[in-house]
Amino acid sequence: MSSATLAGLVGAALVGLGLYGVIADPQPLRKILAFNLIGSGVFLVFGIVARKGAAAGLSADPVPQAMVITGIVVAFAASALAVALTLRLFEETGRATLRPDAGTKPPDDGADAE
Amino acid sequence: MSVLQALDVGLAFLVFAVAAWTVFAPGPFAATVGYVVYGLLLSLVWIRLFAVDVALTEAAIGSGVTGVLLIGAAARLRGAETTPAEEALTGLTRLFAAGLCLLVAAALAAVVLLLPDQGPTLAPQSMERLPETGLGNPVTAVLIAFRSFDTMLEKVVLVLGVVGVWSLAADRYWGGAPGEARAERPEPTLAFFAQVLAPIGILVGVHVFWVGADEPGGAFQGGAILAAMWMIVMMARLTEAPQASAFWLRLALIAGPAVFLAAGVAGAVVAGGFFAYPPGLAKPLILFIETFMTFTIAVTLPMLVAGPPRREPRR
Repeated sequence: MSSATLAGLVGAALVGLGLYGVIADPQPLRKILAFNLIGSGVFLVFGIVARKGAAAGLSADPVPQAMVITGIVVAFAASALAVALTLRLFEETGRATLRPDAGTKPPDDGADAE
Repeated sequence: MSVLQALDVGLAFLVFAVAAWTVFAPGPFAATVGYVVYGLLLSLVWIRLFAVDVALTEAAIGSGVTGVLLIGAAARLRGAETTPAEEALTGLTRLFAAGLCLLVAAALAAVVLLLPDQGPTLAPQSMERLPETGLGNPVTAVLIAFRSFDTMLEKVVLVLGVVGVWSLAADRYWGGAPGEARAERPEPTLAFFAQVLAPIGILVGVHVFWVGADEPGGAFQGGAILAAMWMIVMMARLTEAPQASAFWLRLALIAGPAVFLAAGVAGAVVAGGFFAYPPGLAKPLILFIETFMTFTIAVTLPMLVAGPPRREPRR
């Protein structure tokens, strides 16, 4: 088995693992982590598409590589926004949970109350 | 089995094991530390796929900057992340979820195994037109020339990310600075570390950006290293994050996409196509755009990590 195929299989396993984390773990931060695992798994699978496109003296097709680089940066921006939302939720409610019926504590400063 | 193959198999197991740790680790802090290790191991896999540019990006942004973001969040959420019993899934649901995820992974694995040995590729076209850009690194050429529209929009996504994060500030902090104030007496070890590392790191970052034209590297990787240096100096509390309302900061955040877009529109007038570069001028123009992009990335990433403003603005 070539190293590219092996990397692709790792990517497939990472997607499965991350998906399980997103479904099974109720904590928002752990869900963000797991979602990043899914993302990097998808990038790896795309990476072997790049490797299998080796031609014209290049070891890998540059177009998928460039798209993965763009993807990594966008995934980071999305994670940063998700983390900021989680922290704000924690500040507002004193809990970091996605349950819609979780009790809210009154805001600690009057200026925020709408 | 050759040595390299054995290394590949070992690396594959290691990546999977550390990924499993980030999902099943007992505490959120342990999980995030595992994620940083995972990112670094993953960049080794990328090197084995001969994608050095991606490996650099994964190490700098996927592992480094994302790691700082997540570890910071885990520290602030300490105590909040205990799961009440009613939120945990029942054993049967977990089993069902595991089965579903196994199915997805197996389907993907089957696709990977069924891929033809020689897939469709744009490598010949990229190499054929590479001399027109004046660049030597085809990945940089794809990013800044062949698919430049993607890259420009991605910069816009980063700006939107900052807008989204800032919008989460409490009303009274609007326009203020995120993070902690500059310390009266910075913690000596961290301050020393920042003072020694930052100058070297800035040099490395600029170098990685500059060689990106011909070798692996480029605006993303160099910008991420520069961003990390600013973050280290802020973490050592030698300096503080700028106020969100600062005019120079807002200008820096949009400089990259604005210059990129201006060059694209100018291409429509001068070179006969949106985002076309005039022949002969391609390389200087690309380096000009990349300089602003590197700068914007170096400013944007720390702002995304720093989070929404948490201090009242000084007037």
